[in-house]
Amino acid sequence: MPGAVLHMQRCLASVERGFLTLKESIGDPVVEMRDITVKFPGVIANDNVSVDVYSGEILALLGENGAGKTTLMNVLYGLYRPDAGRIRIHGEQVQINTPNDAIRLGIGMVHQHFMLIPPFTVAENIVLGVEPVNAAGKLDMDKAIRDVEELSNQYGLVVDPRANIDDISVGMQQRVEILKALYRGAEVLILDEPTAVLTPQEVDELAAIMRSLVHQGKSIIFITHKLREVIAISDRVAVLRRGKCVGTGETKNTTAEELAQMMVGREVVLSLEKEPAKPGDTVLRVENLHARSGRNLPALRGVFFDVKAGEIVGIAGIEGNGQSELVETLTGLRKSTSGHIYVNGIDVAHNQPRALIEQGVAHIPEDRQNRGLILDFTVAENFILRNYYKSPFARGINLDYRKVQAHARDLISEFDVRTPHENIPVRSLSGGNQQKVVVARELSSEPKLLIASQPTRGLDVGAIEFVHKRLLAQRDQGKAILLVSLELDEIMSLSDRILVIYEGQIVGEMAASEATEGELGLLMAGGHGKRGLDTERSERSGQYGQQIQEPLRTHVKPIS
Amino acid sequence: METNLADVTIYIALVVSTLRMATPLILAGLGGVFSERSGVVNIALEGIMLIAAFMGMLISHFTRAPWLGVLAAVASGAAIAALHAVVCIKYKSNQVVSGTAINLFSVGFTGFMLRKVFEHAGQSPPVPKVADWTIPLIEKIPVIGAMIGKHTPFVYLSLIAVIISNFVLFKTKLGLRIRAVGEHPKAAETVGVDVFAIRYLCVLLSGALAGLAGASLSLGFLSQFRENMTGGRGFIALAAMIFGKWTPYGTLRACLLFGFADALQILSQTLGLTFIPTDFLLMAPYILTMAALAGIIGRSVPPAASGIPYERQK
Amino acid sequence: MANTDNKFKNPSGHTLSLSREQAVELFIPVVAVLIALVLGALLILFIGKSPLTAYGALLKGSFGSKRDIAETLINVTPLIFTGLSVAFSFKCGLFNIGAEGQFIMGQIVAAWIGFSLTGLPTVIHMPLAFLAGALAGALWAALPGYLKAKLGVHEVINTIMMNYIALYFSHYLVMGALKEPGPIPQTPPVVEAARLWRILPGTRLHFGLILALGAVWLVYYLLFKTTLGYEIRAVGINPHAARYGGINVSRDIIIAMSISGALSGAAGAVQALGVQFRFLDLFGFVGYGFDGIAVALLGRNHPFGVLIAATLFGTLARGAITMQSIAKIPKQIIGIIQATIVIIVAADEVLRRILKSKSVATQDVVEAGEVGSDGD
Repeated sequence: MPGAVLHMQRCLASVERGFLTLKESIGDPVVEMRDITVKFPGVIANDNVSVDVYSGEILALLGENGAGKTTLMNVLYGLYRPDAGRIRIHGEQVQINTPNDAIRLGIGMVHQHFMLIPPFTVAENIVLGVEPVNAAGKLDMDKAIRDVEELSNQYGLVVDPRANIDDISVGMQQRVEILKALYRGAEVLILDEPTAVLTPQEVDELAAIMRSLVHQGKSIIFITHKLREVIAISDRVAVLRRGKCVGTGETKNTTAEELAQMMVGREVVLSLEKEPAKPGDTVLRVENLHARSGRNLPALRGVFFDVKAGEIVGIAGIEGNGQSELVETLTGLRKSTSGHIYVNGIDVAHNQPRALIEQGVAHIPEDRQNRGLILDFTVAENFILRNYYKSPFARGINLDYRKVQAHARDLISEFDVRTPHENIPVRSLSGGNQQKVVVARELSSEPKLLIASQPTRGLDVGAIEFVHKRLLAQRDQGKAILLVSLELDEIMSLSDRILVIYEGQIVGEMAASEATEGELGLLMAGGHGKRGLDTERSERSGQYGQQIQEPLRTHVKPIS
Repeated sequence: METNLADVTIYIALVVSTLRMATPLILAGLGGVFSERSGVVNIALEGIMLIAAFMGMLISHFTRAPWLGVLAAVASGAAIAALHAVVCIKYKSNQVVSGTAINLFSVGFTGFMLRKVFEHAGQSPPVPKVADWTIPLIEKIPVIGAMIGKHTPFVYLSLIAVIISNFVLFKTKLGLRIRAVGEHPKAAETVGVDVFAIRYLCVLLSGALAGLAGASLSLGFLSQFRENMTGGRGFIALAAMIFGKWTPYGTLRACLLFGFADALQILSQTLGLTFIPTDFLLMAPYILTMAALAGIIGRSVPPAASGIPYERQK
Repeated sequence: MANTDNKFKNPSGHTLSLSREQAVELFIPVVAVLIALVLGALLILFIGKSPLTAYGALLKGSFGSKRDIAETLINVTPLIFTGLSVAFSFKCGLFNIGAEGQFIMGQIVAAWIGFSLTGLPTVIHMPLAFLAGALAGALWAALPGYLKAKLGVHEVINTIMMNYIALYFSHYLVMGALKEPGPIPQTPPVVEAARLWRILPGTRLHFGLILALGAVWLVYYLLFKTTLGYEIRAVGINPHAARYGGINVSRDIIIAMSISGALSGAAGAVQALGVQFRFLDLFGFVGYGFDGIAVALLGRNHPFGVLIAATLFGTLARGAITMQSIAKIPKQIIGIIQATIVIIVAADEVLRRILKSKSVATQDVVEAGEVGSDGD
């Protein structure tokens, strides 16, 4: 396979060869990050990563969730201290300990979650910390507004300096964030997943702004996991995978599927022995489901699918495309705005969580520590979180702790939960064993439908294998299973059918046996869609929409 | 009854009484505004006022210099607030619990010291109080002069404090930073604002203002300390701050309204208002505040980060 | 990580080994009390008296005679109720700072039922008056609970406001509709049939103590043995997970506030029916509600802890009177000691750090092991 990666410079080699040639063509780098290593307990978030940024370019930092992109940029912005490595700015070695250091060195960062103060005006947010004052020491808001207007004109970032953040669109909020950095004299701008919260129109506008900024000599580091944005917007791209830099080079010399491969990786973590599925009756049917996100933006925009007894349906997708909202809506934790959810033929779209539990819907939530478990409750108490009110645990108003504990001991041995006994707080268990508690609880409820959201996130290999085997066993017992995961490997090895979710819609469906990583990766990145997406895209005018269609279309071909 | 209402002295008495009742509320309420605007709940205002009232009286007693007493009241208010600040900001304890502890402490401490120093329970002997201020010219105007021309300095200080507080909070960069820290401390920190420093400053300031409020009781309106003389004014001040939507002028308006209700209650016999039970007038501030919080009369929304300890990033 | 030397029974009745952290948890209240008593001793020295004499007088005042013990227990009784009240709200993640107001409402309503109905037998009238007081407290707390659950208004401010409303409302009633004819602002006396039984001959000790002990057991049972207690604790620790578990979080908040209010109302009721036999006009807060906060904090919000803490504070309060009259030490010193205990327990992070730094070596090993075993 290495032959397919012709245009990409391998990172390890790049120090000696690749960057030398680039230096000649572009000039000296503004930022040089060398051999950066960041360790968190149990994880190496960045492993000897080296990345350079040149003046007047857009560098895309591409990788899956958890690949270490944001960690690397937090190091550059002074939010994390690296365990090893060094940073040079304009050739000079620097220590960046706080965001203030970074700001002084001309580095600005627009965080994925905006750092804006909602009741403040645009101008107030921009000048906070470096406020202009008049001779009398009074805050000079008129000057602040003039400055903002001037800056706004210079870079074509249209904002209303007098508007409150509360009242402006997310797109404008993002422009305020960019202006905040520019106001502080940023030469290098880090944009962390800037398109995640934007509408397609706003993405087009952002792309234009980024072009305009680099045209005026700024450099931009653009964190993303969307391939088409890399192709459409960036000059160069660096790909991170599992904390390592796996490739870097000029965007024009690469293709979307090449990037997809590098991003996802070739290695197969697990191989599972499984019988072909024997799908039975439809257990879950979702029709034209719509829901809004916590920010009140449309998160599900007409979702259709079904899950049959005895099959695992996997939902593949990149984080933030509506997976969380889908799972929450299906389990009664979030209200749908329209559409239908049928479980065994009964419409449950407006049911509360308890009613869904009663319908036989089990749920392994993506955030076990904040939703799936009550960490200060004992293991035994956590086992009954979703059925404590039922016999045999509840007798009238009483909770029969002897039954609760006996039940816990059964599950502990059946699911091999490593805990001294059932009466210690679940907080003191390891992450893998905590997840076993959740899995054991949900599977033991004898569900008709199991919704598993990121069931193996943060687990070690042994625990992952355990969870996977249990899910397969459930399938073979005739349960309907909906698996939502950001791990493509997991989706591919477990599912019988795979659906791809993108921007709140199911954009592709295929039998797992026929799916390839490359094809899924492209669908997940919005490369091409089978349902709805194409028509919608073509309706939109705008440079970005057109730009992205072309390069991707030409490169769509099977990878083998 | 008609004769009473025609008598201008009634109105003078009403205004004077309203100002007297409102003054300590305004000062303590401003203290609450600064503290909560920076994100620290300060229900210790009541206790801080009580201790400051005592310390002011004590120093005035020994030095015979009432203004030194005022200074001592302000300093002791800030000192108690400093304890609250350390417990809440550095050690991230529950801010309501810390405030409650200070309120408990204040009653014990002042009662204890009263016996220790004067060997007397209930109240202190009379001490020198600060002399009234007269406002030249205004004092000479009929009626108005009698209403606002001559008062204890605390009345005027409280009004000046409102103007200064409003200027600081809304017209200076410090004020912008205070409000930023109370709304979204993390955002403030990412642009280099020292969240902890701002919060310490604001809590100390709130203590100093509550201290001044305490001094107004023992050295302004009275010239002695009485056990529990604050009588819940710290809590009414909190209510006024909420009713005034966490702004100095709003707090001023709320304090005047609450003070007016109190004045009506005091003068209800003279005014012939006996058909309204005085207790309902006394309850009014609390009921109005609850209604404001519930959104029945113009929803009051606290600063977003109020009451939440801030953790610095890694 | 488990330290098998320390054993105690956990709520579900199983013997548990006590982890270092749990040991620290239990240690903190004890250390807080000791520090506060030492501070109190220093204050006594400061006014030129002997701490030993003072504390001796205090103990004598609390336990010196049958009558003293009875009076101490009379003091302890309402504190148990209000301590349970505050602790119960904490268990649901709520801060009921309004115990004082609920106490007042319980007191006046119990007195009202106690004097206004006549001709009922004791077995009906006494429980009726007591329960009416508890119900009044429950309703007084339910409103802030409702505002919290449905509108998200923080319960702290509302319960403070409700305290003052209760104070003035009770004054209004005792000056008007419920006033006994005559010059004194008070209700008529509670009829004999509604009074709590005397349970120790020759003393004023009344049946309220038994009710309080019953409440300790009831709260313990409710919190740790029933499905409602399970729900309330779940909501208190993690409302998101509770909701995931199918628990109706809003409903439980209102229920928890009501139960908490009922306990404070019960405190007022036992004072009205067992001690004062009427409602006397209040010139300010009596303080049982605020002391309840201190009791709950010191008792670590556990019913049994509350019982111990209430006993401590009730003893101090009773003994302080003797201390003042015999040793000439202002009784307010008890307020200072109490506040010191609260602030130390509240700022337990300080103690935690000190306790931790003393055993850095052993702790490091434990932590390294824990980090390694956690996959997150």
